[in-house]
Amino acid sequence: MIRWLLLALGGAVLGGIVHLATIMILPRTATQDAYSRLARAAAVNTVTELKAPTPDAAPMPFMDPAFANAVCRYDLSQGPLKLSVPVSLAYTSVSFYTRYDVAYYAINDRAAGRRVIELELMTVDQHNQMPEDEDITAADRLIVESPTITGLIAIRALAPEPGLMPMAKRAIAAAKCVHAE
Amino acid sequence: MRLLFGSLFALIVAAVVGLGATYLALTRGAAFGPLTIGSWTAWPKTGTVDADPYAKASIARIGRLPTALGDGVAFTASTDDNGRPLDGRCDVVLAGVTPAARFWTLTLYNTAGELIGNSINRFGFTSQEIVRHADGSFEIVVAPRANPGNWLPTGGIERYILVLRLYDTAVGVATKAGREVPMPSVTIRSCP
Repeated sequence: MIRWLLLALGGAVLGGIVHLATIMILPRTATQDAYSRLARAAAVNTVTELKAPTPDAAPMPFMDPAFANAVCRYDLSQGPLKLSVPVSLAYTSVSFYTRYDVAYYAINDRAAGRRVIELELMTVDQHNQMPEDEDITAADRLIVESPTITGLIAIRALAPEPGLMPMAKRAIAAAKCVHAE
Repeated sequence: MRLLFGSLFALIVAAVVGLGATYLALTRGAAFGPLTIGSWTAWPKTGTVDADPYAKASIARIGRLPTALGDGVAFTASTDDNGRPLDGRCDVVLAGVTPAARFWTLTLYNTAGELIGNSINRFGFTSQEIVRHADGSFEIVVAPRANPGNWLPTGGIERYILVLRLYDTAVGVATKAGREVPMPSVTIRSCP
């Protein structure tokens, strides 16, 4: 009896390890995570507009239907990226995600404080290699460091009422995500 | 022989306990640091680099992009204030006010995170579309049939989830549930 209890206890401890290991490994093996879903539709280092979610089809689950959405799937192996997003009349936000869908930075139109949200995205190494030039360290230049080489930038503009969706879509359509020179 | 059966038994226990716990954690959407106000729950930390492994695993499994904390906070409710599950065949009333935010949106999803088809193509409300009382509070009726005022159609599905997203808000990781973060009450008014 004691023998079986000990075996069950050992099994439970081993089960705890199995549990933790599966939780840790899951994001790296998932094939239906947001990045993988969008990788099929979005080309690298360009802004791709996402279709509005409908009851029949949506690029991702739990999308907010009040927003016009676009993504820039980035790959920084060839150098930093420049991102510019004109703000719409209501609310515009730019959120940055790693390859494993972890949000590491977000900025909205009010925080950016101008008509266009402009920033540069680079890896920590690329940031360190930048020459310490007076112009470059200027405070108005917004630099975002990506923890991973690849990832996603989600560009979103709110349509406060359905009639304003074309306005939100126009703002998104003018967004650019290109290699910095 | 006893050794073989013994180790087999221990391994089966390990598999059941380990995979069972993982399955439960992912289907219940468990993560650390929930912010619960009434029937609403948000995980502000999930929208940051400090997201815990449970949050990351559940995000990867569902396939959504979490709302980044610099963007906003998403509160979900799947029950009313008394803990009864939200049923699309019932009339449910949301009443009250929201925490301060530049904009908010309320959206109704099925349990898989898909929108529900309905005759007027309304999947939610934004803070600007809502008709309010004189004191700024509002009332939204979530019901299968048309209602006067702010009506959010359920399409008559059995289970649904409400997501209230606050954009550009001070609500975040440091927020404690209390007087300064009022959320609308969720009440089941009538069931057929």
